[in-house]
Amino acid sequence: MSRISTDQVKHVAHLARLAMTEEEAAAYKEQLDKMISFAELLNELDTDNVEPTSHVLDMKNVMREDKAEKGLLQEEVLKNAPEHQYGYIKVPSIIE
Amino acid sequence: MVSLFDHKVSELHQLLHKKEITVTDLVSESYKRIGVVEDKVQAFLTLDEERAREAAKKMDDKIGTDEAKGLLFGMPIGVKDNIVTKGIRTTSASKILENFDPIYDATVASKLHNAETIAIGKLNMDEFAMGSSTENSGFQVTRNPWNLERVPGGSSGGSAASVAAGEVLFSLGSDTGGSIRQPASYCGVVGLKPTYGRVSRFGLIAFASSLDQIGPITRTVEDNAYLLQAISGVDSMDSTSANVEVPSYAESLTGDVKGLKIAVPKEYLAEGVEESVRQSVMDALKVLEKLGASWEEVSLPHSKYALATYYLLSSSEASANLARFDGVRYGYRTPQPENLIDLYKQTRAEGFGDEVKRRIMLGTFALSSGYYDAYYKKAQKVRTLIKQDFENVFEKYDVIIGPTAPTPAFKVGENTSDPMTMYANDILTIPVNLAGVPGISVPCGFSNGLPLGLQIIGKHFDESTVYRVAHAFEQATDYHKQKPGL
Repeated sequence: MSRISTDQVKHVAHLARLAMTEEEAAAYKEQLDKMISFAELLNELDTDNVEPTSHVLDMKNVMREDKAEKGLLQEEVLKNAPEHQYGYIKVPSIIE
Repeated sequence: MVSLFDHKVSELHQLLHKKEITVTDLVSESYKRIGVVEDKVQAFLTLDEERAREAAKKMDDKIGTDEAKGLLFGMPIGVKDNIVTKGIRTTSASKILENFDPIYDATVASKLHNAETIAIGKLNMDEFAMGSSTENSGFQVTRNPWNLERVPGGSSGGSAASVAAGEVLFSLGSDTGGSIRQPASYCGVVGLKPTYGRVSRFGLIAFASSLDQIGPITRTVEDNAYLLQAISGVDSMDSTSANVEVPSYAESLTGDVKGLKIAVPKEYLAEGVEESVRQSVMDALKVLEKLGASWEEVSLPHSKYALATYYLLSSSEASANLARFDGVRYGYRTPQPENLIDLYKQTRAEGFGDEVKRRIMLGTFALSSGYYDAYYKKAQKVRTLIKQDFENVFEKYDVIIGPTAPTPAFKVGENTSDPMTMYANDILTIPVNLAGVPGISVPCGFSNGLPLGLQIIGKHFDESTVYRVAHAFEQATDYHKQKPGL
C-alpha cells in the first residue's frame, strides 16, 4: 500500500510552492513513498523517553547588545532583484 | 609533471620570502594548469583571472616586507560556489542563482582576504550541496582527475578535483553529510569537516543549518591545519559559531601517537564496505600501531538509523532554507506569471533541479501538519541516540577510525537512476554531522588506480588530535605524494 496519495503529493507541492504537472506528481508519489518507507526504519526504536536534538552545541539565546549597525545600501540590495521601480522590489499585483 | 603546488604552504612561503618565486608565479601556475586540464576536469563554474592577476601584481611589491609575513600570503585558493563572494558570481550550482552577484562576503571569504590568499575562482558542486557526485550541478559534471569516467564525489566535487588536478593549491568546501570528506577520499586529497560551530557559516548558502560546516581541502595535513587556522573562530554574524578558543593546529603536528587509543566501529567495516576499502583501513591501523597507538573494536549501535535520520532532518531544514528562492528579491524569475503565487511556483519549478525539488518535497512533507511528530521529531530523537553513541565511545577512546566511503569513486551515471543508492554513499560520513564532531579524510591507498580515504573522527572541538593522528599516518605513508596522471 502506498504511504502517500497523489492528492497528498499535490498538497505538499502547493505548500512548498512548486508548480507540478500530473506526470510529475505521479513520479514524486513513487519516490516519496520509497523515501518515507525507508524513513519508517526509525520506528523500530523506542524513543518515548528520548529528548530531541535540534542542535549539537550546548548554547541557546545568543544575545548581542542592542546597537544599530550600518546596513546595506538600497542600491546594492536592489542590484539582484529581477524587477524594481522607485526603489521598491516589484511583483505582480496582489490586490484585485 | 612538476608543479609549484607540489610544495607545501610553508615551503612556498619560504620561497616567496627568499624571492625565489613571486605571487604572480603562483597565480600563473593556477591559470596555466587550468588552461591545460580544465576542459577535462570541469571543476570551475567561474574564474576570476583578471582580478587575481592584478592582486598578485600589487602583492609582489610587498614581498620581503612585513606585510608579506602571513603564512597564506599570496596562496591561490578555490572556493566552493555556495560561499558568497562579493563581486564574484555565486550560484550554488543552481539555475535559480545563475546570475547572482553577492553584495557582501561570507565571513570565511573576509578571513581569506585578511590572510591575503588569492581567489582563483568558484568551484562546481551538487546544486545547493545536495548530492554525492557533483552530477546534480545545474551547469556541468565535474570529472575525477584520477579517472575521467569517474565522479569526483560530492557535493564539494569541484573543490576536491581542483586540488587533486593541481589547478589550485587548496580550496574550501562545505560538508553537511560528508560533502568534504567523501570527495577528498575519491580524489586522493585531505578534507576536514570541522566541529559544528568551529567555522562561521555566515555567507554559506544554507542547506541544513544544524549540520552544515565549511572546511579546508588540501594536499597535505599540514596545509589543512594552516587553512583551518585562518577560517576558524566565533563570529557575531553567526550565532551558532562557538565561542571556544582556537588552538594552534600546527603545534599538534608532532608525529607522536604513542599511547593513543583508537576505536574502530564494527558497523563501519560491515556489509556494503568493499573489501579493498576494508583492507586499506586494516593496513592503516597497522601503521598507527607501529607508531605506538592501540586500537579496539567498538560499536556505534545506532549507525544503521543515521541515513534515514539524516534525510528527514536535512531535507526538512532545506525545505525551510530554500523558501527564500522565490523569484522576488534575487535570482531567477519566471517570465510570465499569472499572479504572485504563480510567480513563486513557476520560478521554483523552473529554477530548481530534480534532486533539490525531491528534498524540498520530502522536507515539506516531514514538517507538515499531522506528520511532524511521526517523522521530523522522531528523527530528532534518534539524532540524540546517535550523538550518545559517539559520547559513549569518546569516554574511553581518543579518536574513531574507519573508511570515509564504502567504495572508491563510482562511474559517472552509475547511481543517478535511484536516489537511494546514491544516498548510501554517505553512510559512513553522515553520523559525524549528526553528532557535530570533527572528521577528516586522508589518503590511505588505492583500488584499481582509484584513491581511498581513511576517516579519523575526534571529540567536539578536538581538531588538534584529529590532525595529529592524520599527520602521523600521512608522514608514515606516501599515498599523499602520488598524483593523477592527467
